[in-house]
This record gives sequence, C-alpha cells and structure tokens, in this order.
Amino acid sequence: MTGMLAPISELKLEGITKRFPGVLACDGISLQVRIGEVLALVGENGAGKTTLMNIIMGLYRPDSGTISVNGEAVHFHSPGDAYARGIGMVHQHFMLVPNMTVAENLALGVKELHRFLRLDLKGAARMIREVSERYELPVNPDAYIWQLSVGEQQRVELVKTLCLGAKLLILDEPTSALTPQETDDLIERLQRMSSELAIIFISHKLNEVKALSDRVSILRHGAVVFNGQTVNHEPNELAALMTGHDVTLPRNEGSGLQGQPLVAVKDLCVRGDRGNLVLDGLSLELRTGEILGVAGVSGNGQRELADALAGLRPVESGEIRFEGKDLANRSPREIIDAGMGYVPEDRQTEGIVPSFSIKDNLILKDFASRKFSSMSFLKPGEIDRNAEQLRERFDVRCPSTSTATGSLSGGNIQKVILAREIARGPKALVAVYPTRGIDMGAQEFIHSQLLDRRREGIGILLISEELEEVMNLSDRIAVIYKGKILKVLPAVEATRERLGILMAGLADTDPPLVPTGPSIPADGATHG
Amino acid sequence: MDKQKVAYSGTVILAVSVIAAFLVALVLLAIGASPLETYKTILTGPLSDLFGVTEVLVRSVPLMLVGLGIAISFRSGIINIGAEGQIQMGVIASTAVALAFPGLPKLYLLPMALLAGALAGALWGGIAGWLRARLQVNEILSTVMLNYIAAQIYTYLLRGPMLDPTELETGSGTPQSMRLPVAAFLDQIVPGTRLHTGLILALVAAVLVWVLLWKTTLGFRMRAAGAGAKAARYAGISVEKYLVVAMLFAGGFAGLAGAVEVTGVHHRAIEGISSGYGFAGIVVALFGMLHPGGIVPSSVFFGILLIGADMTQRSASVPANMVLVLQGVIILSIVSGQSFLRNPYAQERLLRWLRNLVPTALRSKKGVQP
Repeated sequence: MTGMLAPISELKLEGITKRFPGVLACDGISLQVRIGEVLALVGENGAGKTTLMNIIMGLYRPDSGTISVNGEAVHFHSPGDAYARGIGMVHQHFMLVPNMTVAENLALGVKELHRFLRLDLKGAARMIREVSERYELPVNPDAYIWQLSVGEQQRVELVKTLCLGAKLLILDEPTSALTPQETDDLIERLQRMSSELAIIFISHKLNEVKALSDRVSILRHGAVVFNGQTVNHEPNELAALMTGHDVTLPRNEGSGLQGQPLVAVKDLCVRGDRGNLVLDGLSLELRTGEILGVAGVSGNGQRELADALAGLRPVESGEIRFEGKDLANRSPREIIDAGMGYVPEDRQTEGIVPSFSIKDNLILKDFASRKFSSMSFLKPGEIDRNAEQLRERFDVRCPSTSTATGSLSGGNIQKVILAREIARGPKALVAVYPTRGIDMGAQEFIHSQLLDRRREGIGILLISEELEEVMNLSDRIAVIYKGKILKVLPAVEATRERLGILMAGLADTDPPLVPTGPSIPADGATHG
Repeated sequence: MDKQKVAYSGTVILAVSVIAAFLVALVLLAIGASPLETYKTILTGPLSDLFGVTEVLVRSVPLMLVGLGIAISFRSGIINIGAEGQIQMGVIASTAVALAFPGLPKLYLLPMALLAGALAGALWGGIAGWLRARLQVNEILSTVMLNYIAAQIYTYLLRGPMLDPTELETGSGTPQSMRLPVAAFLDQIVPGTRLHTGLILALVAAVLVWVLLWKTTLGFRMRAAGAGAKAARYAGISVEKYLVVAMLFAGGFAGLAGAVEVTGVHHRAIEGISSGYGFAGIVVALFGMLHPGGIVPSSVFFGILLIGADMTQRSASVPANMVLVLQGVIILSIVSGQSFLRNPYAQERLLRWLRNLVPTALRSKKGVQP
C-alpha cells in the first residue's frame, strides 16, 4: 500500500501551530516518534491533543510548522494521504457500520478489495486473519459489529487500521469506553505489538500511560510543557504537569453522620431493552449525608437501576421509597419534584440538549418554575443571572453562556449538568459514571463537589466502574452483579481485590478467611 | 462569535442560491431558453408595477403561514409533509362555517371562519402527531397519506354535498362551493388589487411564533423535545405530548392559510385552491432557516418566483413549472449546504479552499514568510 515509498520509521512534527477563531489550539508543537516506541500524549480536554492528531491525519492543515516522515517533509490533504505513508488513527468513537460484518467494514475502506459491482470479502477476511494472527488480535471476520462487545469492537478498529497498512498508530483515548478487564487486556496487547509499530497513545488515565508508554509528552493550552521518559516520573507528578498545579483527588474522610434512610429500594425488578429481567429483586438503602457507591462491571443492571430511579423505565415489581413515598413508575417530573437529582450516564444526549445554549441547559428542569418564568413567559434576565452565577461557582469554562453546550469539552459539559442538578437543591443525587472520560482537573472538581454536597446532608448514589473513584468517595460500597446487590460493605473494609472478586460474582469470603466446613453438596446429592 | 456564525451561514445560503440558479440555468439551456432572460423576467418582472407587487404579496401570505407552522413542527422534531392536506381541510371548514351562518355580522363571521379553518387543519395535523406519539407511526408517511385522504374528501365535497346549486341549474358543473357571504371576506388593503388583510394576519403570526418558540415555556419545551428528545425526557418534559402539540400548531397554521385563501382571495372553495403551497411552504421554512425572521423574507422571495414564473411563461415561453424545478434544486442545495453549516471539517476545508483562491500576491502583504 505504501507503493514505492519506504516504510515509515520516524514521524517528526516541528513547530506545528493551528489557530481557530478565538483559540490557539496548537502553539508551536514539536514531537517525534519512532518505530518500536510508544509515545503517550497526555493533556486535559481542550489542550489540543485531538486537533494535533487531526493535523497529522490531514483533516486540518497547520497554519505553520512542518510534518516529516523519515526526514522528508509531507503535506497530507486527507486521511488517505496519511495512510499512504503508514499512519493510521483509531478514533475515540468507533467508525464502524453496526449492521455489517467485520470483513465488510474493512472492505469498505480498502480500494484493492473493490471489484466491479462488489467487494472482495474473501480477500478482506484473509487480510483480517493475517493481521490478527501476526499481532495476536483475535477477530472473527464474519461477525456482525453489533454482536461484538465494546472491547471486541476496539480490536476490530485496530485490525482495520493495521490492514490499511498503518505502521504508526494513533489511538485517541482507546480505553474510555472499556471495562477495567478489557482495558487491561488492551494494554497488554498493545505492549506486545509495540515492538514493530510506533504508537501515539492519547489518554488522561495516567496509570495506563505509565503501564504502556516509553516516553510521555504533556500538552497544556496547546503547547508541549513536558517531555520525558515515562519510567522516571510518577503519575501524580505527571498529573501536576498536566493541570498546571498539584492534583490530589479528594477523598471521603469518613466521619459520615450516618443519617436517616432517604431512598429505600426494595425487591426491584426491571426489564432491559431486550425484554429480559435485568434487575432481579434488587434492594438497597441510601441514607442522608452519605455516598453509596455502586460498583460492578458495566452491564450488570447499573443503567436499568439508574433509569428506574429517574422514572424513565417501567418498574415490573418492587418499590422505590423516597422519604417513605413510593416513586416506582412515577413520571420523571414527579420524581424530579420530589427532590431527586440525576447526572445521567450519557452526558451528550441525556444530560444536555447539545444545540441549546449553556444558560438554557442550566434551566432545563426549572424553566417552568416561578423563578425563571411568569405566566408561562421566560424571564431572560433571571436566566442570564442564574447562568453567570453557576458559571462562576462551578468554574464552567466557556466563551459565553450563550455558547452551544455541545461545543464544550466533556468536563465542562459535566460541570454544566452538575451545576444544574446541585443548584436545584436536591435531597438525593444519582450520579452515573460522573467522571468517565473527563480530565483530572475537572474530575477533582466534580469529586470535591460531590463530597461537599454529602457534607450538606444530600444522599448520593454513585454508580461507577472506576474502583478508584468508588473507593475514594464512598461511605459504603454496594457491589452489583446480575441485577442484584451482592454485598454492601463499608468503604474502609473495601480493597481492590475484594471488590474485584465480588464484581466477578464470586461469593465474598469475609475476612478472616474461614473454611466453610465440608464442601457444599451438589444438587440432588442431599444426604440420603 | 455569533455574528461571525450568522455571516458564515448567510454566505453559505447565498452560495447555495447561486449554485441552485446555475443548475437551473443548465436546465433552461437544455429546453432552449435563455437563462439570463428568464431570470431577469422572474426576478424583476413581478416587481415592475404595483399590481405585480401586490400579487407577489398575495402569494406570500399562505406561504408565510404554512412556513411558520412547518418551522414549529421541524423545531419540535416532527416533520410535517402534510400541509397540503391541512390547507384543504382548513378551506372546507372555513367555507362551511361561512356558508352556514350567512346572516351573522362580519365582526363574528370572519373570525369564526378563520378559526374554523385553523381548527380543522390542527385536527388533521394532530392525527399524524398522535399516531407518532402513541404508535410510533412515522410522521412523514402518515402526513403524506393524510394528504391523499384530504384531497379525496375535498374533491368529494366539492362535487357533492358542497357543490354550488347554481352549477347544477346551469349545468356547467364546475366543482366549486357557493360564494361566501361578504361578511366573511378579508378586506382589501390596496383597492383594486387582490391584496388583503391576510398579509397583516400573517405578519402578526410571524411575531407570535417567534414569541412562542423563544420566549415562552411552551416553546422551550417544544424546542427541547425537538433538539434533544432524550435529554428533554430526562429533564421531565413529556416529549410525546409536545410532538402532538407541535403538529396541532403546524396543522393549525396550514389550515389558517387555507381559510385565508378562501376568505381573502377566492371567496369560495374551488379545486386546486392549495396550488402546492403546502409543499412550497416546506421550502420557504427551510430557506428561512426555520426562523420567523427568515421565513417572512423567504416567503416573499418565493412569491416573486411564483409570479415571475407565470410571467416567463407568457413572455419567454418558458413553462411556469420550471419554478418547481427551481424549488427542487433549492431544496437539494440547502440540504447539501447544511453539511457546510454543521460540519467543522467541511467548514475548515471550505475556508482553506477560499483562502487558496486569494492570489498569493495579496497574501504576501500580510507578512507570510516565503
């Protein structure tokens, strides 16, 4: 595919500058990466990582600066040009057609497989098998994309990029949608592959950076502020460089005033999208002034639990008592009015209306309240004042509060959502994956907000798959497995290992480890 | 920032119009007409005298009303292709009411006739809204089908129960209703022309729609449901309800357009009274960026096109149907132009391309290093 050109051995960027109206996205960035090397590119959202990668891939053209491959300057006009020189990118959001097979997805992008009026799918399958054997990335060419888990889809993206002839892979936050197990698996595979490839690994999860990369470059406000060998630097040191100040994620210091019961969920049964019973008799209790973490591998009923609590999914049976009042199967409006706050899983589509301005999204639940409207006319003055106040209090970084919310970074969108939910003064708050894919600075802010609200007596249900987050913030941790709460334990007793075992659905061996008498008799083998 | 955006959108729309005009010019060339001559007639002919201007405005009234309704429905996330049928239902209801109470004074009869038209249109649109909200029936299909049903009902009524008895006596049998009582007429604005007070009604409606969509809680709900149904649902807005409300409004405005046509222009229900306003209204709304401030000028522009097309038929012997070609091409161009309005990559490429058009000599003055 590279034709007569020599295969890529080195990519060098020098003085790359890119300006957008009002923003200096890249400010004289110089980087270098060779085959056999993993370069981690870290930085907060909006630091310019994605813009830089889009420049490399030929989607944007730099205002100044040069890109050179093997010491020879190149000008890419499209991703195709980049691929022709052996540079490929796996985007954060997968670029796969769900109702096509893996082979069909590959064949779409490879000109050599285009025959007259059809695609050479056998050829595509052959390419996939070759690549997946060579790099130990098991992928079934005949599987449909929709049948695959997120981790498998990630592998398909990798294989696809490699099939297109890429020797330098750009991975844009490849682990942001993966479960902890899938993440470990991916990191391991990438480590093995890195000997014959060059990898630019974009992430803000510093433990992954530490595990995978040889060198690390840190971007802040569009400029490289640090270059170094990964082994010589500790994650918290990198975090400080990334954010420009020391980052210590706040922790729950215990001393929680064990409050009154606030939300009592009893024997909750809820069906999933495919009609199967996903929550199967789930019970838990949330008290005032505590953070109850719900830990579990995603897909064990977290989404359905959150939906049922928000009134967006019918409850088959069971109760959700909120201060004694049953809210099961009530409308979202009634639940909101009862004092339940909600930070939904998908902030882009569930948390905000992307095309609405920040100030409109900040009143999305309260526009009809007496504060923001009278006689069903909106009060623009109040709405502006509210937006300016919350923008300051929650440190939302935006050009103005009239900006379309969807154009903000993930962290800032999450701040908008949190601002709205907290400003309403809820009694309980359900936060689902509140910091997924968010940079350290915003994460720190959101965590301290949650802890502050807890101190004020709000009960917070924190659903997360980041064990670190759950363990740092929670007073108690409930482990969810197959639609049930397997165990609730005080956060002080929780360790990574213990939670891991519970999350895998294995019975908890309460410490101290006591052997349980004679082995459990098998079914039907009752004494007799 | 916002001003820049408006300027950018304006430029894109202008470019889109030029491209559309160019494509239509090719068609004109193919049928042996002179594009320049035709465009000159279309664009300047209607405005060359007072009569032409008033006729343009007469056409723009129903277009404006329909376009406003379409904007409400599109903004609320439901696509109304059924304005044509809603207009016809409006015509029937307003004619029936006007004929049923011939003795009432104007103060009562005219508002009643207009209101009846709006209500009938709202009902017809509401059916599609309800089907979508309750049974997830695709509104594009249902509104198109409802158009057929409305057309059949309309034809049946004009040829049967509502047929003017004098048509039977004289035996000419033109399918049309009796003439409305004068008390149901909209007044003329310019004596001796057909321009009627419906224009004022439509302009007031444009202001009201703007207020509704951007200043009231109801408008907030509808726009939220349209722009982000999921988020709206999470925020406690019952999206389905507002789909129906939006269709009631959209149908209501189309029905009102029908009522205005019958009380202002034709003074009786005739065949072909909607004359494609229901579909042209969609183009008007899209061309006006689904905003009343854009829809008002865009409806006048399309009024010019309609009258101009009639004129070319007479002067340049270009079939008036060419205006349909023009409309179609404009829709295609707008929809293609959307990608330049929404997609930042496309924007970047366009800007880059434009920058390359600027001669190098000009650029070197700005201090670009060689």
